Amino acid sequence: MPFPSRSSGPSTSDRLPGSDRSARSGRPVRSGRSARVRNRAAYLFLTPATVLFLAFLVAPICYAVVLSTRASTVTGGGIGVRVERFVGLRNYRDALSDPELWQSMVRLLWYGLIVVPVMLGCALLFALLLDARRVRAKRFSRIAIFLPYAVPGVVATLLWGFLYLPDISPLHDLFGLVGLAAPDPLGPELVIGAVANIAIWGGTGFNMIVLYTSLRAVPSELYDAARIDGCGEIGLATRIKIPLLVPALVMTGIFSLIATLQVYSEPATLRPLTNTISSTWVPLMKVYRDAFVNGDPYLAAATSVVLALGTLVVSLGLLRVLQDRAFGEER
Amino acid sequence: MSRVSVTTAAGSSRRGGIAAVLPTVALLLGAVYCLIPVVWVVVAATKTPGELFSTFSFLPGTRGGLADNLSQLSGYRSGEFWRWGLNTALYAGVGAGLSVAVSAVAGYALAKYRFPGRTAAFNVLLAGVLVPQITLAIPQYLLLAEVGLTDTYWSVLLPSILSPYGIYLSRIYATAAVPDEMVEAARIDGAGEFRIFTSIAVPTMVPGLVTVFLLQFVAVWTNFLLPYIMLADDRKFPLTVGLFTMLNQGADQPALNTLVITGALLAVIPLIALFLVLQRFWSIDLVSGGVKA
Repeated sequence: MPFPSRSSGPSTSDRLPGSDRSARSGRPVRSGRSARVRNRAAYLFLTPATVLFLAFLVAPICYAVVLSTRASTVTGGGIGVRVERFVGLRNYRDALSDPELWQSMVRLLWYGLIVVPVMLGCALLFALLLDARRVRAKRFSRIAIFLPYAVPGVVATLLWGFLYLPDISPLHDLFGLVGLAAPDPLGPELVIGAVANIAIWGGTGFNMIVLYTSLRAVPSELYDAARIDGCGEIGLATRIKIPLLVPALVMTGIFSLIATLQVYSEPATLRPLTNTISSTWVPLMKVYRDAFVNGDPYLAAATSVVLALGTLVVSLGLLRVLQDRAFGEER
Repeated sequence: MSRVSVTTAAGSSRRGGIAAVLPTVALLLGAVYCLIPVVWVVVAATKTPGELFSTFSFLPGTRGGLADNLSQLSGYRSGEFWRWGLNTALYAGVGAGLSVAVSAVAGYALAKYRFPGRTAAFNVLLAGVLVPQITLAIPQYLLLAEVGLTDTYWSVLLPSILSPYGIYLSRIYATAAVPDEMVEAARIDGAGEFRIFTSIAVPTMVPGLVTVFLLQFVAVWTNFLLPYIMLADDRKFPLTVGLFTMLNQGADQPALNTLVITGALLAVIPLIALFLVLQRFWSIDLVSGGVKA
């Protein structure tokens, strides 16, 4: 439509300054029929998402719960017949009494205690530095730190995994220069840190961008006023910026926690490079082994349900605690 | 105002000395740490298998390793690596494209319509954001096995379309960007609801939808567990699963290591390129969802 103003029929562009028009006529009267038409449209718009939500989120959850209460037993002599039957909470008892699951959970706890604070701490520091005055090389650093987000976990692990090997590691050369034996990142003492480093490397940039986006939304007048009052850059960061970032920090914290609890590809990819990582190193690796190597999807389903419930409880609990604290600070 | 800040800046930098450059140094240290593995993979891809474990990590190979590695990688199981690349582009491109369509229309409905059950729908969606997606992979596999869809392209594509987080973001974009007056005016003019969505809502939501697309594209491109569980036929593998299987074989055949490294380099180049080209869309606001270009 090259000349919208000349077209005789009603067009949307004619109505563009129509805000005052609707203001004059007040709220448009809703007839019962048009409301029904609109509701029908809304439900239609939501149909694809609802179908997918039911098929790939609700149904798997329900199926996992059902599976977790069943088991396959072989009856009859010889080859026998496989029969699936209800066994109540037996799988849960088996899952929770398995020391391998608890060992993997303890490992996951240590891993999470390293990854979440270090990653978010670095992300916060870099976001504040990007937003501060008199800091140089901002554009280059922002791109460089965000770059690992584009590297798949498997590839990141592959790169770091080779860099951890004594024959490749530049640290090995460095320690060799001063005549010391380099620590082995893939040895039993350091391996959790080695996996954590990969996750921190991959996740810091994304969280930095989220926090930085949040910082840039703050009107600069707020800072100008504080500067006139003699507030330095550090004071500005601790007294104004960090409190303003609390909601974004809560969100990044929750998402990091959820990602941490489902860590799988990093340790699984490191396995060919080291003997330190067992096939049940983290809970999800145990779920995979139970379901696909040992052929017991029932036990795997029970473990999955426990993990999902644990994740939900931890993230909702954290959300609550952090929100209370955030509101407390505002008061 | 500007005079005040200029004088304070000059004054403190004269006083500051080392303290004045410390923030820049900290930021650069972070940048260098993030670049180390990327620089290494570029360097290592130029090495021959012999050089990989014998020469200094960050010195490029001198015996024309890159050309050898590339041609050997191309020849690996008659060009399977490139097939994995095409598969990845298909999963990520089609998956993210459909995901944006579903998210945009659902987010728009949640933002602009007052229908019974709206609040409930939104709360269920938020719960979906918190569900750890990966713990769903095994029941998803078993369910798809029931309908005979495992080990097909669909088994990776279909679960990749749903993104509760994408719907959540789209709803925020629609609330912020689509003016109610324009929607009302179009209704008075007799435009249908779907027509209003495509010709008024979508154009104003575009910057936000690009971000939703990019987030989902990267999520699918980097996904490992879902295709790893769903697929058995290596001709349907994406790059992540393909490289993983190559690395596992590399434990027995060290000659494969340089191919895995070259493959890793090739696997990240498209994403890094996408990244640099579409930089201005990488503003991710988790709290209000806004895009500030």
